[in-house]
Amino acid sequence: MSKFEDSAHLTSLAVAFLLGIVAFVALRAAVIPKSFGRYGPYRGDALKEATARPLAYAGHEACEGCHPDVLEIKSKGAHARVNCESCHGPLAKHADDPGSVIPVKPDVAKLCVRCHSENIAKPSNFPQVDAKEHAQGQPCNTCHQPHSPGFDAGGKK
Amino acid sequence: MILNRRQILLLLPAAAVAWDFVLAGTPEEAPNYKMTDHWWGMLLDITKCIGCGSCVRACAMENDVPDGYFRTWVERYHVEDWHIENPIVDSPNGGKDGFPPSGETGGKNFFVPKLCNHCTDSPCTQVCPVGATYHTPDGVVLVDYNYCLGCRYCIQACPYGCRFFHPDRHTAEKCTLCYHRITKGLTTACCEACPTGARQLADLKNPEDPIHAFLKTHSVQVLKPHLATGAKMFYNGLDGSVR
Amino acid sequence: MEGFMYPNEVELQWSVLIVLYPFLTGLVAGAFILASLERVFRVEAVKPTYRLALLTALAFLIVAPLPLQLHLGHPERSLEMYLTPHRASAMAMFGFVYLWYLMAVLILEIWLDYRRDIVLLAQSSTGLKRQLYRLMTLGSYNISPGALRVDDRVGWIITLIGIPSAFLLHGYVGFIFGSIKANPWWSTPLMPVVFLFSAMVSGIALVLLMYMITSVIRRTTIDMNCLDAIAKYLFYTFVIDFTLEMLDLIHRIYESDESFRSLDFMVHTRLFLSQIVLQIFLGTLAPLVLLALTQFVGFSAQGRKRIYALAATLTMIGIFAMRWNVVIGGQLFSKSFLGYTTYKMAFVTKEGLLPAIFLLILPFVILYVLIKLLPPWHAGNAATVQTDGID
Repeated sequence: MSKFEDSAHLTSLAVAFLLGIVAFVALRAAVIPKSFGRYGPYRGDALKEATARPLAYAGHEACEGCHPDVLEIKSKGAHARVNCESCHGPLAKHADDPGSVIPVKPDVAKLCVRCHSENIAKPSNFPQVDAKEHAQGQPCNTCHQPHSPGFDAGGKK
Repeated sequence: MILNRRQILLLLPAAAVAWDFVLAGTPEEAPNYKMTDHWWGMLLDITKCIGCGSCVRACAMENDVPDGYFRTWVERYHVEDWHIENPIVDSPNGGKDGFPPSGETGGKNFFVPKLCNHCTDSPCTQVCPVGATYHTPDGVVLVDYNYCLGCRYCIQACPYGCRFFHPDRHTAEKCTLCYHRITKGLTTACCEACPTGARQLADLKNPEDPIHAFLKTHSVQVLKPHLATGAKMFYNGLDGSVR
Repeated sequence: MEGFMYPNEVELQWSVLIVLYPFLTGLVAGAFILASLERVFRVEAVKPTYRLALLTALAFLIVAPLPLQLHLGHPERSLEMYLTPHRASAMAMFGFVYLWYLMAVLILEIWLDYRRDIVLLAQSSTGLKRQLYRLMTLGSYNISPGALRVDDRVGWIITLIGIPSAFLLHGYVGFIFGSIKANPWWSTPLMPVVFLFSAMVSGIALVLLMYMITSVIRRTTIDMNCLDAIAKYLFYTFVIDFTLEMLDLIHRIYESDESFRSLDFMVHTRLFLSQIVLQIFLGTLAPLVLLALTQFVGFSAQGRKRIYALAATLTMIGIFAMRWNVVIGGQLFSKSFLGYTTYKMAFVTKEGLLPAIFLLILPFVILYVLIKLLPPWHAGNAATVQTDGID
């Protein structure tokens, strides 16, 4: 038997491998998402999908557009930098369609203590009180106007 | 509410501005946003954080974060005297409901809000086998939920513990820096909800962003600098005991 | 949970299935390297186990991806690793290392060594088996001495390439862990080397056990020259493996860096049973002592067989414990170094103990089929049965 015939089985093996590689390349061309590699080693369309989420929070500028009166009061007091939705919760739906979604007034008893209850880990210059001692059973808004809570700024009710 | 003419005249232009933001409530693309104009980071001011947990709640509501998992969370530290290598740390439910009194009476105590650091040289994107987690051109690290295999290698590779495995979607999941908001000119949900301004979104490519002046005049740190991840969440007043 | 952990860390991400995976690929690498000892380094003594070692490697290599598929959140997307592999990711590159090893090394080497038998079986068998053998011939029935010489030469080259490929196969798994700077239990340049040597130890131990068990089942006499040679290689490899692991340990204790206190506490509490008892004492020191005894003290063949069997079994348990300690241990402590969690292993869930046990048994079932299909002891091949008189 000639040398070539003795290695013939290797040739068929090599052909099988080559076919496998060709099939793999073809599969890649068919199946890899078209946007892959547009911006980097990832699917470019993923960026669009990431930006397409609905909003839950409208952002304070949206609130201030319709409620400039509140903004006026707030900007003079200690809560000037506290954004509306920080206390009122996410209200993008309300900003979208004010009539259909009526925001619920926050529960003062729970809301204020979350920030202002005394805690040794809070910065010492942050206004904090022992809620029971300070309020003596009264809700916080008995004495404090939530949009401008400090007495100095005329926020006293 | 009955409006007189003056009030209507005042309200109309305000309503026009508001209308733009009303549209922001609907999912849409960000047509005027050019990715290469921005490089996102954040400033976290330890001296201002009061541990109210508003950020954790806001994030959960904005991004449908499942219970028990956290895209952002707040830790409370107690450091006794000079023992900065042995702090006592707790984070009850990630700080979502605030912090009950710790019972500590002395030492140094403070809060540390944490989130994904959107590292420039992130170890998580390095290990992803298929490119399902990646850097956007504007510096945000995101997860492609339609491509992720759920191998969890990225969760192992993150030194900060900010990633988790979504129980329903079965993919990796983490803070997206509210990419759907910042590309529309809004700030992130956590920064929006923070009452003390301890969290502030920063566009490092914008020369007018206040962070540049802040970085020049304050001592700022990043978490685990020895790992050289290129973290972009800058902490003001971060104590040496923070892990 | 004990102490403090980052809130997302409390739940473990990688389960017992991910412990199983390096164990299985390690057995593949180890069995193959033992086989290559005969082929490339002409260690005649281990010839009787050559084909058995190759078939064992194949059986385990086939099962190796299965725990991974069960673990993935989206196994239907696993093809993405081959279509859009992220070149910086060790895991992605491993997909190709696996494919290369399976197709270009193991299957090719088995085919070349068995080709003569396959052709003979294709001509002598009937029915479905005949069709199967005819398929495996790839159309060529040439088993002339010239053709067989070609096979031998090419097979030798493939085995030569196969040795570094086997090193790569399991070294890569070590690198997958060792390259994670976030995890100090994993992050060490020694990890790929430790994984590789422990793989070799477990693979050699497995082939030793398989040889003894198949000889008992077939009621043939065990070639003591062969068994002694395998045990000798097991001993030497084990010494190197133990040295490497001790080096890692001593280095950690001496440098005592930020993570050390936390890891030390973890080893003494959470990992006491699996690391100190199972891996170090029962799984490493005991087999080392047993094997050392046989090297330096004269035992009868019967005595040696019993000691080898015990040592090999303990070794397998020890290497499995080592994988457990790396994978599970690496997730039990917090990256803040301030706390610990526990691994709650379920039983009947997708990633529970039951699937793990099933996947441990499956390779032996596949090996049984392979042995029936491609008998390692068919007359006319290298595996002849010898006795040394003492039994």
